[in-house]
Amino acid sequence: MIVGLSHYLTVAAILFTLGIFGIFINRKNVIVILMSVELILLAVNLNLVAFSSFLGDLVGQVYALVVLTVAAAEAAIGLAIVVAFYRNRGSIAVEDINMMKG
Amino acid sequence: MIISAIFFYLFSAVTIGSGMMVIGSRNPVHSVLFLILAFVNSAGLFMLLGAEFLAMILVVVYVGAVAVLFLFVVMMLDVDFVQLRQGFLSYLPIGAVIGVVLLAELIVVLGGWYFAPTATAAPVVPLAAASNTAALGNILYTRYVLFFQAAGFILLVAMIGAIVLTLRHKAGVKRQSIAVQVARPAIIDIRKVEPGKGLT
Repeated sequence: MIVGLSHYLTVAAILFTLGIFGIFINRKNVIVILMSVELILLAVNLNLVAFSSFLGDLVGQVYALVVLTVAAAEAAIGLAIVVAFYRNRGSIAVEDINMMKG
Repeated sequence: MIISAIFFYLFSAVTIGSGMMVIGSRNPVHSVLFLILAFVNSAGLFMLLGAEFLAMILVVVYVGAVAVLFLFVVMMLDVDFVQLRQGFLSYLPIGAVIGVVLLAELIVVLGGWYFAPTATAAPVVPLAAASNTAALGNILYTRYVLFFQAAGFILLVAMIGAIVLTLRHKAGVKRQSIAVQVARPAIIDIRKVEPGKGLT
């Protein structure tokens, strides 16, 4: 019944896989893809904090803080790109994003 | 001990369940709300791990800022979301194959993994016995101040980038042009108007 490091790592692995899976099955909706990326980064953070706690080393939490910052910046930039793209094309379907295809 | 185990299983079950609902829900608004639920329960997991500051930051930054940003964008874009769900089943097999393979690999890694004997011997910065927030601040502002500055620069660049991407000047909107105002010739003068007569 004791909760060890591998329990947390399992939860993080399942969350990571859910994020990858979400990117694959939501091929049309950019917003849900961005949410899946957030799930992946959350899994990474959970891994970092679990290792930090079980190794007794605080540096992992500093890294988790940096990852959190990058995730927030990524969400802001991604959503700004989605808004700008929707203004230009009137759609956010991923299949319409092919203007640079030769 | 058993209480924390019960809470661990509760938090992780709700996190994984809401993660499934994030990627599987039909309405993106529901996806965002389940994303908030997943973040709050992950904050609970962080609390169980003893990272109180990161738990609070997760709630403040993600639930308070990022999830609200997502809700804003989902509700601002007038998109036919039913049509966006069309290819859901056609991508399911390839996604399921890749997901199962990835999960199997991760489980194999977890099964054959152990700490190196020297790993626990020398932590770079040991966990403090006192408050987690104070200990984190102690090393974040001294030893890892470059990380802190880099995080600040990342946020600054993201802010400028988001403004540049979404700012637009409409054609018909009147704006103040100070240069034109200052350079205007003095054809307007002030006259004293006699009472009852008006200007001629």
